[in-house]
Amino acid sequence: MFDDNDVDRKICIICSKGTLDMAYPGLVLANAALMEGCEVDLFFTFWGLDMITKSEMAYLKWSPIGNPHKMAMGNMQMGIPNAVAGLPGMTTVATTMIKREMEKLEFPEIPEFLEMITDAGGRLYACKLSTDMFKLEEDDLYEEVEGIIGATDFIEMSEGAQIIFI
Amino acid sequence: MNARTIAGKTLNFDEDGFLANPTDWNETVANELAHDIGLDELTERHWAVINFTRADFDERGEAPSLRRIKVAGGVPTKELYELFPKKPAKKVAYVSGLGKPSGCI
Repeated sequence: MFDDNDVDRKICIICSKGTLDMAYPGLVLANAALMEGCEVDLFFTFWGLDMITKSEMAYLKWSPIGNPHKMAMGNMQMGIPNAVAGLPGMTTVATTMIKREMEKLEFPEIPEFLEMITDAGGRLYACKLSTDMFKLEEDDLYEEVEGIIGATDFIEMSEGAQIIFI
Repeated sequence: MNARTIAGKTLNFDEDGFLANPTDWNETVANELAHDIGLDELTERHWAVINFTRADFDERGEAPSLRRIKVAGGVPTKELYELFPKKPAKKVAYVSGLGKPSGCI
């Protein structure tokens, strides 16, 4: 029925941003690809490294600064002017809002999402250059991370894969 | 829409190949559907997933996501992938006699 023995598709996702709104797309796609029987590798580079850094991964944030999107608030669609978005505490307010919406949709928080992905067979890799730049060691990273690898290693291992950059 | 006879009853399947009417489903149908997707035998653990899925569907009107089966149904992600390899969400819905799942987790 599902021809799952024919699935011979490999997807590599590069996560380069560490804000909440940029973390979810990569994880949703990785998880969806795993649910479709694809082989999935994720490569975390630059700010994306926050997604797999123990001290940061549970505390990713979102700021509405520079984002003209109008969010649904109650039964109104409301944008947040940059001058307001820049006030102290606004990032926390906006982050709480997003998290609440994700929870309503029954989406997991980032650490649980990563666990679901690795449990499903997805592999996580940290970028060597970025860990050097941020002074991070393997111990600072989420336990399920396979290793710290260079860009050349990543290109080697993604041969034949479809690559998504976020 | 395709029709097929299972246990003496004619059942309709939708354009995605899933059972068209969830009320046509019973254990005999489940066993037959399991064969279609390469599961020769449904174990007690398969049934734990299927029974939760059916009950949750009856309550909420849609197939539960894999995360919901994990969190509310108590079956860990790893085990779901072992029980229903490669395409767990689709396979669970198929064997449980529900339509193609629309959720993305």
